[in-house]
Amino acid sequence: MPAETMPPRIAQIRLVSSHPQVYSPCDDSFALVDALLADRTKLLDHHPSICMEIGTGSGYVITSLALILGSESKNAHYFATDMNPHATTVTRETLEAHGVHAELLTTNIASGLEKRLSGMVDLMVINPPYVPTPEDEVGGSGLSSAWAGGENGRTVIDKILPVADSLLSEKGWLYMLFLAENDPSHICLQMRDKGYGAKIIVQRSTGEETLHVIKFWRDPDIQMEGNEVVSGAKTAPQRGFDFLRSQISRLSFRETRQ
Amino acid sequence: MRLLTHNMLSSNIKGVINGFPLRIEAEKVVIKEVDFNPDFIKNMFSKIDWKALADASKIMGYAELPEEVPDHSVLDSDEFLQKFHHALLQLHLEEGALVCPETGRRFPVNKGIPNMLLHEDEMNLDATCTSSASNP
Repeated sequence: MPAETMPPRIAQIRLVSSHPQVYSPCDDSFALVDALLADRTKLLDHHPSICMEIGTGSGYVITSLALILGSESKNAHYFATDMNPHATTVTRETLEAHGVHAELLTTNIASGLEKRLSGMVDLMVINPPYVPTPEDEVGGSGLSSAWAGGENGRTVIDKILPVADSLLSEKGWLYMLFLAENDPSHICLQMRDKGYGAKIIVQRSTGEETLHVIKFWRDPDIQMEGNEVVSGAKTAPQRGFDFLRSQISRLSFRETRQ
Repeated sequence: MRLLTHNMLSSNIKGVINGFPLRIEAEKVVIKEVDFNPDFIKNMFSKIDWKALADASKIMGYAELPEEVPDHSVLDSDEFLQKFHHALLQLHLEEGALVCPETGRRFPVNKGIPNMLLHEDEMNLDATCTSSASNP
């Protein structure tokens, strides 16, 4: 098969390293990589210089991202963090098995990088611990840190978002995975208040979960001063945002929290 | 760990005001070839703390970088860019430690991965995951 017609490479499951205390690639990981594949052309046109994953787990996503951007985006450099030291070790093995590189850091979210890397990340991918659990299960040192998300699965997500906001560059894009129970439309509202546009790239229902991969970007047309719409007519981003909210509501809200 | 990463890392301990740059204790340094990309290197020049890079590079056994911040005109020199590229991306700290300049706290680096996890009493409360996020 000629090279042009080959599908873009992503990480191969048989080459993904594992450890009993590290989350193995699952439906959520596949949904996030599928979102990156769906946006591949845009990502290549975006020419990200610094890419980053927070919560790298097995390394499946950051390895896939490095392969998707591949040799066409030589300019890209990758950082990946996880608070589980087994996960960063496993990620290193996964990256090496695929012949790609990311700078790895065992740390809580992006602790240690927040000052100097601020405003420099052009592309960020995050599959956070999103499963609703009792608060005291959040942030353990082993496998549970990969999924335990506290009340509504939002405890860690709500800590990550301000960090992502500070790390993202002016042209920065964030691809983040959420569960319906995380109330993604509320998250989009919060991000809108910080000046971000939002779009669903992938939405998928598995047996037990409804997953959304949402892309956020800094949108200069969004008014950051409060939520008031100054003129009567809605701007294009405002209309897009309403559409997004209605989509999320329609697709995923089996139980609505008011 | 590349020196690019070292240049982006600060001590994250509660109460530390000047946590940059972390002092490097090098036990094992490896050199890994990276494709030379002048655009990336030039772009990084304005974002890098030059003195931290030059000092770190020296500790890692590569003393070819000027100690003083070079003038922007050096970016026209291919020889300079190659040296900058080597120091920033090709020198890897494989084993060793990063030391907080203010407190002396050591952050180990194993298999090229720095461990910046803090003990509970070193964390800012708003930066912790939860109070149960202590190290074992």
